[in-house]
Amino acid sequence: MDVMPKWADVVLIPLISILLAAILSALVILAIGENPWAALKLMVNGALGSTYGWGYTLYYATNFIFTGLAVAIAFHARLFNIGGEGQALIGGLGVAVICLFIPWPHWTLALLGSAIGAALFGAAWAAIPAFLQAKRGSHIVITTIMFNFIAAAVLNYFLIGALKAPGMEPATAKFPQATHLPSFQDMFNFGETTFFRGAPANVTFFVAIAACLFLWILIWKTRLGYELRSFGHSESAAKYAGISPTKIIMVTMLISGGLAGMMAINNVQGEAERLVLNAVEGAGFIGIAVALMGRSHPFGVLLAALLFGFLYQGGAELALWTSIPRELIIVIQALVILFTGALDNMVRMPLERLFLAMRRAKT
Amino acid sequence: MTLMQKFLGASAVLALTAGTAAADPAILFDLGGKFDKSFNESAYNGAERWATETGGSYAEVEIQSDAQREQAIRRFAESGANPIVMAGFSWATPLAEVAADYPDTKFAIIDMVVDAPNVRSVVFNEHEGSYLVGMMAAMASESGTVSFVGGMDIPLIRKFACGYAQGALAVNPDATVIANMTGTTPAAWNDPVKGSELTLAQISQGSDVVFAAAGGTGVGVLQTAADEDILSIGVDANQNYLHPGEVLTSMLKRVDNAVYEAFTQGTDLETGFNVMGVANEGVGYALDEFNAELVTADMQAAVDAAAASIAAGELVVHDYTADETCPALSF
Repeated sequence: MDVMPKWADVVLIPLISILLAAILSALVILAIGENPWAALKLMVNGALGSTYGWGYTLYYATNFIFTGLAVAIAFHARLFNIGGEGQALIGGLGVAVICLFIPWPHWTLALLGSAIGAALFGAAWAAIPAFLQAKRGSHIVITTIMFNFIAAAVLNYFLIGALKAPGMEPATAKFPQATHLPSFQDMFNFGETTFFRGAPANVTFFVAIAACLFLWILIWKTRLGYELRSFGHSESAAKYAGISPTKIIMVTMLISGGLAGMMAINNVQGEAERLVLNAVEGAGFIGIAVALMGRSHPFGVLLAALLFGFLYQGGAELALWTSIPRELIIVIQALVILFTGALDNMVRMPLERLFLAMRRAKT
Repeated sequence: MTLMQKFLGASAVLALTAGTAAADPAILFDLGGKFDKSFNESAYNGAERWATETGGSYAEVEIQSDAQREQAIRRFAESGANPIVMAGFSWATPLAEVAADYPDTKFAIIDMVVDAPNVRSVVFNEHEGSYLVGMMAAMASESGTVSFVGGMDIPLIRKFACGYAQGALAVNPDATVIANMTGTTPAAWNDPVKGSELTLAQISQGSDVVFAAAGGTGVGVLQTAADEDILSIGVDANQNYLHPGEVLTSMLKRVDNAVYEAFTQGTDLETGFNVMGVANEGVGYALDEFNAELVTADMQAAVDAAAASIAAGELVVHDYTADETCPALSF
């Protein structure tokens, strides 16, 4: 029997963790002579107080959902894919190639094409470390992180070479008009008032939601998902049950890389509409925190991604309107990761004791 | 929420937290951050100089991601900041999209050209300044081999390298110019250890003057050059003071002047194309008490003569970014 009711595990612990992180952040802000209450209000207002703020929050969240899911599925098979950054970069290359060289008639088809392209490129990038793990036993943590650097170099090679647009910037040309994805501003335009004005959130958000659903079905409702989880729980037992470790490692990493790659639909095709260097900007690594915080459950990943989207957009507002240096904004984000990811037991233990005491008092 | 509410909300927040009044100028730094000891810091110094001289205040932001570029421009424009100055070529694409939406706001962008009626585009002729320091390097060199350490391998840095090589070969046609780039990712801007290793490798190939155009990586290059007793050349800001008597000179790129000038002109900012070259002292070489002993009278006379003929248009230094080729150096 569980010590705690499920709601406490899923809702209460993250909430308390966030609260602790917020208190500590407030102290830090106080220490540099700024008003933490005003800062919090600014963050909440800037990220959630207008459709414009939501537009940015959801844009960042979309990135984090993809990379979070990528890490989450690998976790289920006890594979630690920290190559989301590189896979998303190469996914961006896929999106760029598909958008630039195929004359798409309409954005719906372009979205389909670039989704496939991004997933294929991302998966291909994950396939090599997966193969090395499955066949050669090279540890996936080491190989995936090394592949992040190789991906950055590959991208750079193309952006200063074959794919570079004329001009100084190492970036591709703008994608043709027909491949531009409708932003929330285009989609939720009801006459007079403009919603989501200038915000980069776009139709990819719904693709991300669909990916959450897909992953949930895959992990808990299919035979492959069952094999994958058994492999994660015990490799030897899975082998005894006739599950091929090679197949599971390969398939899991292909799906994981594909999901990470699909992030590029959002940031490359949806937002920038061209491929720039370092397009991923650390979202691949944030995905690890998102997956940890979301307990590797697609719905948890969605919530955690929203929280990190809020932190990113709120942080941007802080940088714009206060003299809080951006390093401190990273400190605040790090505190949230620390409390929700790494110091989980600090909150869990006393809470479990509390619930036990309450149950004893009742009986 | 309507646009007006949002507008008011933004200005209220602005007034409450930052104490900035409308029509203050604003500066947007690039991803490197304002204390990078180089490009952004130079822009920051220009803004600070304006603030101390006029007692005015300005808004500023250091962005964290590319997605924030358009956001930052829009938010500052809507809050009434004017003019809005952007440091770095990466601002060009978002600015080109946004500029038309705020016709009453003046924008200035450094290191890139944006063709819009309310934009001032400031570009620097880095190849000219690099040419001058390249000449000095070849004259100071005893081995006949000089070298270059670039940051990230992008056309802008190749432009520095190409100008440098042309200058060196102009003085000594038999000179050997070694050029290395630190890396291919943005991390190359801040990797002093690798900069140091590249410098050692170049020394082993015979180089005795090294020019670093590599942001924070340059600190390692200059340090190693000083440790190994060869000469080095700094970049962007005057870095002669870092190792007195060991830094031959610095290739100055007066980003601070560009920012200062834009802030001073205020809302009357003159828009259009603005080239900062040797002719208008936008680029040049640094001479101060820290390198006075290293720069001989001959050297100074030759470089000043070259600067004069560049300014007069008699001497044209090839610009790598014009056609992406370099007559003096192959990458």
